[in-house]
Amino acid sequence: METFPVLLIAIPLGGAFLVPILCKAWDRLAEIVTGLCLAAVLALSIYLAFSLEAGKPLVYLFGNWPVPLGIAFAVDRLSAFMLLVVSILVFFSYIFAIRYMDHFTGSGKFYTLYLLMLVGMNGVVMTGDLFNMFVFMEIAGISSYALVAFGTEAEELEAGFKYMVMGEIASMMILLAIAFIYAATSTLNLADISRSFAAMDKTPGFWFVLILLMSGFSIKAALVPFHSWLPDAHPSAPAPISALLSGVFIKVLGVYAMARIFFNVYGVSRASYPAVFNALLILGLASIIIASLLALKQTDYKRLLAYSSISQIGYIVLALGIGNELALIGALAHILSHSLGKGLLFLTSGSVVYRVGERDITKFTGGLGKQMPWTSLSYNLGALSVAGMPPFLGFFSKLFIILGAVKAGFIVPAVVAGLFAVVTLGYLLKITNKVFWGKEGIKGIKESPFVMVFAMVSLVVLLVAGGAFFFWLKPHLLQPAADVLLKGTEYAEIVFRIGAGG
Amino acid sequence: MIILVASLILFLVGLYAIITKRNMIKVAVGFSLMEYSVNFLFAIVGFRPGALPPILQAVEVGKVYSDPLPQALVLTAIVIGLGVTAFMLSLILRLYNRIGSFDLEEIQRLKG
Repeated sequence: METFPVLLIAIPLGGAFLVPILCKAWDRLAEIVTGLCLAAVLALSIYLAFSLEAGKPLVYLFGNWPVPLGIAFAVDRLSAFMLLVVSILVFFSYIFAIRYMDHFTGSGKFYTLYLLMLVGMNGVVMTGDLFNMFVFMEIAGISSYALVAFGTEAEELEAGFKYMVMGEIASMMILLAIAFIYAATSTLNLADISRSFAAMDKTPGFWFVLILLMSGFSIKAALVPFHSWLPDAHPSAPAPISALLSGVFIKVLGVYAMARIFFNVYGVSRASYPAVFNALLILGLASIIIASLLALKQTDYKRLLAYSSISQIGYIVLALGIGNELALIGALAHILSHSLGKGLLFLTSGSVVYRVGERDITKFTGGLGKQMPWTSLSYNLGALSVAGMPPFLGFFSKLFIILGAVKAGFIVPAVVAGLFAVVTLGYLLKITNKVFWGKEGIKGIKESPFVMVFAMVSLVVLLVAGGAFFFWLKPHLLQPAADVLLKGTEYAEIVFRIGAGG
Repeated sequence: MIILVASLILFLVGLYAIITKRNMIKVAVGFSLMEYSVNFLFAIVGFRPGALPPILQAVEVGKVYSDPLPQALVLTAIVIGLGVTAFMLSLILRLYNRIGSFDLEEIQRLKG
């Protein structure tokens, strides 16, 4: 088990190296190798997520240099949880992509970038080193810019360019913050930085760096004043990539990285630094309200879903801003439920585009539900889950966020969160109404190929199962991950205790 | 301190170029400026006045050595910056081939 963190990087990275060579020999070989890599990553992360002991992270020392000196991976329950979320969605999007990418040329390039994006996300989640985190962020980032522009039509290139400019501004802000942190502490190890910060005077510079990091990660997470790139970028990518970008990418690079650095490195908690948490609360509320209202007037299938992603990421950041135990469990549950739900919705958009070739919902006359029953069913159940309706996982995640807000005494955010769950249902049902319901459909449309339906239905099953077994998931998966955040700077002590021996 | 402020000013000049310029090549140049300002800051961080090069021949207590790590970081950042700049320029070139303009307002198709 000690080598798992390295395998989780090495397997997809090796796959990314092999795929462009193998696809010269036979196109399908690239797909098979990618599939094997992703299945291995999925198996490893399922094992890690349920078997890792709480409070005993895996610390992998590169070159066996003890903790503050070398680069270390520190995989605790929070990392393991994020790995699970990433690998589930990456695996099912891949299954969907097998047939969906028939429309595109250059499948070797696609799968290479796909695997590299996975490497980047896994790396960000596992690393215990600040600069290393930046490097993995750039690996994931550059491959995602290329994947957004993969269609190479004018719109896709434009979206890729906009996304790239915003993403790089964010990266440079984060790198600047890293430079300042290194200047102040002379270390890059997250645990060591945490120790230095604890002993340091909280000068204005200290807060300046925190604000730099918050702005950088907010751009990566597309929170509302920084969201302009997302509604262009996510719809322009091929559907499996849209699902990944909205489902896990913004959460790993934005929310996870922000939570890890704020809670475990800065060691801020609502009791000690309410200003930081109020800022998160306001960002979250602004994202929920403004993005939901903008989503209501969208007429493009994928663009509507993209605005919905901004609003749902607002819920997660709102819950981080509330910062008590219930809300953090809600935030993590929402990361899981939204990644499955929004991934599913983007896959259904891919299924519709695959058969109909149209994304503008005003051009649909309805009735696709008869011809594409599985896509329609998946969309409707996914929409109910994203909106937070009872039997699904999405209900419990929003419930816990609202309960956390009420318990902490934030009545207005709780009311807004509850109210905008209904608005969410409103704009998602707009697609149901225009595309799937009704009598007459477009002539000659049939259901998508089996693998695409399989990927969508699997995600629906996971959403239903997640709802049904939520009270089993909570102690086994969500609680230990939330504890990592709640314990704050204890993270540093744990990593030092395990990793300093060498 | 002056150097810190200088690198921040360089950073802001790059940001200014990205935000205000309509020509995509100028945006790419602005990005490079931001990149270099951070690299510059990193290089300065390792500097110690009157320090020896960080090569230990015998254990000498009380001597000041400059910090070698930022150079490795700058090297990594330069390589990443190279990749980003190359990709950005190739995107700009593809856009130019499609639309025949470097002007951000002329390529604008996506709205809402």
